[in-house]
Amino acid sequence: MEMIPLSHILIVSSALFFLGVYGFFARRNLITILMSVELILNSANINFIAFNKYLYPDKLDGVFFTLFIITIAAAEVSLALAIIINLYRRYNTIDIEDTKEMKF
Amino acid sequence: MDSYGISSLALVLLPLLSFIILAVAGKHFSPKISALIGTSSIVISAILAFYIAGGYFFEFGNISGAFTKQIILQFNWLQFTNDLSINMGIVLDPLSVMMLVVITTISAMVHIYSINYMHGEEYFERYYSYLSLFTFSMLGLVVSVNIFQMYIFWELVGASSFLLIGFYFTKPSAIAAAKKAFIVTRFADFGLLIGILMLSAGAKSLDFFTIIERLATPGSAYLANFSGSFIGMSALSWTLLLVFIGGAGKSAMFPFHIWLPDAMEGPTPVSALIHAATMVVAGVFLVGRLFPVFAVSAPDALLIIGYTGAFTALFAAIIACTQTDIKRVLAYSTISQIAYMMFALGVAGWGADKSEGFTASMFHLFTHAFFKALLFLGAGAIIHAVGSNELKNMGGLRKSLPITHITFLIACLAISSIPPFAGFFSKEAILSSAMHSNPLIYYVGLFTGGLTAFYMFRLYFRIFWFKKPEVHAHNHEMHTWFMNIPLILLAIGSVVAGLIPFGHFVSANGEPVELTIHLGSVVLPVLVALTGIATAYLYFARESFRPEQSVARFRLFYSWAINKFYIDEIYLFITKKVLFNLIGKPIAWVDREIINGAINGTARLSMKTSEMIKPIQSGRTQTYAMFFMGGALVLAAILIFKFV
Repeated sequence: MEMIPLSHILIVSSALFFLGVYGFFARRNLITILMSVELILNSANINFIAFNKYLYPDKLDGVFFTLFIITIAAAEVSLALAIIINLYRRYNTIDIEDTKEMKF
Repeated sequence: MDSYGISSLALVLLPLLSFIILAVAGKHFSPKISALIGTSSIVISAILAFYIAGGYFFEFGNISGAFTKQIILQFNWLQFTNDLSINMGIVLDPLSVMMLVVITTISAMVHIYSINYMHGEEYFERYYSYLSLFTFSMLGLVVSVNIFQMYIFWELVGASSFLLIGFYFTKPSAIAAAKKAFIVTRFADFGLLIGILMLSAGAKSLDFFTIIERLATPGSAYLANFSGSFIGMSALSWTLLLVFIGGAGKSAMFPFHIWLPDAMEGPTPVSALIHAATMVVAGVFLVGRLFPVFAVSAPDALLIIGYTGAFTALFAAIIACTQTDIKRVLAYSTISQIAYMMFALGVAGWGADKSEGFTASMFHLFTHAFFKALLFLGAGAIIHAVGSNELKNMGGLRKSLPITHITFLIACLAISSIPPFAGFFSKEAILSSAMHSNPLIYYVGLFTGGLTAFYMFRLYFRIFWFKKPEVHAHNHEMHTWFMNIPLILLAIGSVVAGLIPFGHFVSANGEPVELTIHLGSVVLPVLVALTGIATAYLYFARESFRPEQSVARFRLFYSWAINKFYIDEIYLFITKKVLFNLIGKPIAWVDREIINGAINGTARLSMKTSEMIKPIQSGRTQTYAMFFMGGALVLAAILIFKFV
């Protein structure tokens, strides 16, 4: 079976990364921003897997990294959701523009 | 240490002990106990002083025909170099023994007197503790072995006089007077300090007797250290003049006399103590202590002292004639009398035939202490009875204050140098020594003697005669025996103190001097004094128009004199207008605008900067992320261009 070239996979992951970045900057809803962060993390995961597969097929380092990232992402999501819930309780909104009190 | 050593140590330390007890625990004592502690300590000191004086003059002081110094106690307090050190100790020589007697006697009288005078006063125990401190500082001053020890006690005298003059600390004028006394004398002490430093630099010693030995020997190697000269006087003369400036400050010589009349704001017994036995005679004592150096190596400095003294004597006597506050008249008379002592030192020289002035000066110090203390304590009794210092509220008091009247009269006769009262002998000695060496000073002294008699009897007649006494005069003296007894004792002293053959005890080199009184030279001063008294009688014995007529005739001069020749105003002009405007204000401007401005400028700069960069911290998470992103991109770009 003919392998999909590495560059294709990198294009997918780059697209995913920049979608995430765009979402992070453009969205106002905290949950959507959180989802964008997940997209960025997953694009990194794809890169790890792809480089592992194409450059060092007999090693598993990239896979382990991916597993770690997934774990951390899960922890991060739970933490972020907790923060968001607290914010909601306090301000009755999860719009990021309404929670800019931490300044000078 | 024999019994004299122990008693001289006890004499000096007893007032200190009393001060400490009263200062620490005074407020727990009743006024009676406080007075008892203060008075008994000083009375014991006075008894010890007489015991020591007896022992010194008749037993151990006289070694082969001359009185020599006896160092009772000496220990090293601070060692600077091998030959420069501050020693503390007690020395007995004719000068210090005489001063011990005078100080403790007068102080004891003042302590006893104050029991009645200060009765019921708030802070009574504090008053006694200050008195003790004052006496202690003066005693420490006169027994000093070391010029620096003396300087320490000298400043202590200044500080305790500050406390006493400002005793009525709720009265603004008392606070001002205390500050004035302290600042003026402190200013003069600056000269003294420089003088001490120069003296010790040249003589390589701080010890009094080493300094005298090294600098009062003609041809001594140490004199070469003062070889420079400035405006026609040798460096040693200048050094000694600086020392004299310190003495002039304490002794209220012109132009440092301005603090003394204002020092009247203190309680009257304190004035008696300051004027009679302590503080103001410190300057005379200082010059007397260093007299051999003055007389042998710097006679030109001594001459300046003589002229300063003569001028001050006349100047103060003229002012005294016009003042209307009795304590002020007495204050100016003190300045005048101290000036007599100063010019007596000034006309003296070294050698058996010339040093008569020294003995005369110390003799006058001795007799003056009695009658001036008596005058002030008498004035205190009068003020106590009348309730005012002003002459216009007095007159005809001879019936209601009989004891004060008699004792005051004795003191006036003594200060006017009418024979056979104490002042006669000492002032004759001064005038005769002046006549032999400096006719100008002699005539000034003679004329001042007439003025002295005039203003003292002006005071006397104005207080006790002038008006008719009230018919049913109330006797004010019935309940004030603690005040009457010192008056009587001091009056006895004022009569007999002059009969002591003083020259046999105190002289410049320790050998007895005969103070002879020539009938021929006595007649003139006594006649002058009697003229002064007669004039005062004509003017003030009863109410008349004569004083107003004379005032009208000498209007200009009179207004000068009553305003103390505007010396205070000149001082104020120099300090407020000249010093404050020309020096004080520019310096204040530099401090405010440049030094303070630099600090404030730094603060303002950092505030402006932080205001400027504050908006970066917007609190918007996405803006922060944008910055982060930008940073990451820049880093990535750098890495790419660097490595690819």
